[in-house]
Amino acid sequence: MATQMKGILGTKLGMTQVFDDSGQVTPVTVVKAGPCVVTAVRTPDRDGYSAVQFGYGEIDPRKVNKPATGVFAQAGVTPRRYLAELRTDDASEYQVGQEVTAEVFAAGQLVDATGTSKGKGTAGVMKRHGFKGLSSSHGTQRKHRSPGSIGACATPGRVFKGVRMAGRMGAVRTTVQSLTVHSVDTDRGLLLIKGAVPGSAGGLILVRSAAKAPVAKEA
Amino acid sequence: MHTAIAELEQAQVRDDIPGFRPGDTLKVHVRVKEGNRSRIQVFQGVVIRRQGGGIRETFTVRKISYGVGVERTFPVHSPSIDHIETVTRGKVRRAKLYYLRDLRGKAARIKERRETPAS
Repeated sequence: MATQMKGILGTKLGMTQVFDDSGQVTPVTVVKAGPCVVTAVRTPDRDGYSAVQFGYGEIDPRKVNKPATGVFAQAGVTPRRYLAELRTDDASEYQVGQEVTAEVFAAGQLVDATGTSKGKGTAGVMKRHGFKGLSSSHGTQRKHRSPGSIGACATPGRVFKGVRMAGRMGAVRTTVQSLTVHSVDTDRGLLLIKGAVPGSAGGLILVRSAAKAPVAKEA
Repeated sequence: MHTAIAELEQAQVRDDIPGFRPGDTLKVHVRVKEGNRSRIQVFQGVVIRRQGGGIRETFTVRKISYGVGVERTFPVHSPSIDHIETVTRGKVRRAKLYYLRDLRGKAARIKERRETPAS
């Protein structure tokens, strides 16, 4: 399966709303996308797969660890804060040191946005897994948000592994698929993405071409 | 708020909207799109609230239409508003005039604000 993915790293700046000509309000997330620099190109011959490695964000070179310093030195670029790889079959079209800006996307395209979701701390099963909880009346006492039964009795005599319970929620890598690019501000390097994107403002966001985008029909 | 977002919002703010307050009677000229032609529809009534700020600010206009109270909420900076006319300025003592919903006819009148305060 040939896939030509486009992608860019950016920072979530926050959300706002924009009006269209008919007065409809569209909620958008503003992402400061790029400028990214290509730090490495993975080829099937040498690496066994095809991908592009991007570097993004300012950092004091003294704070970069030795392995990462080596990556940047080999690419001949100044160190960046984040590194990420984008699996794509047209990786050979990228050159090391090349700049990638928000212009890789155009308004109307479908994208996937990956980020680290906001941490919710220890959360109960209603919030964490969407359980219904127990009845608010009919004699329920102090158990309105509890999960109810977590298994059977003497057979099997234990709780199965993987039963969904309360616990730490959020602060994990999350992808929201098939978001629409509302518009691209090339002057300021901003991507306006319709809808919400994981994480808090200031968080790192990887924007990629949508994995489930409807394929253009070819004759 | 990030300055880039503030700039995006500032670019959409309309400066041709006259100042008005809850209690004022307005004629809101709304662009209505029917098929591929658009026309202007006037919605006249009393402003019963203004809420939100910046580009998100909205106001609600209440009128009595054939004996039925109708309320319509508009974003202040919506491009679908052609223009706003102030018919009368009202003297009220609240920011949210929800009490008007329980009043009918003479009782629902609002005293006119005479001298224009500096604002």
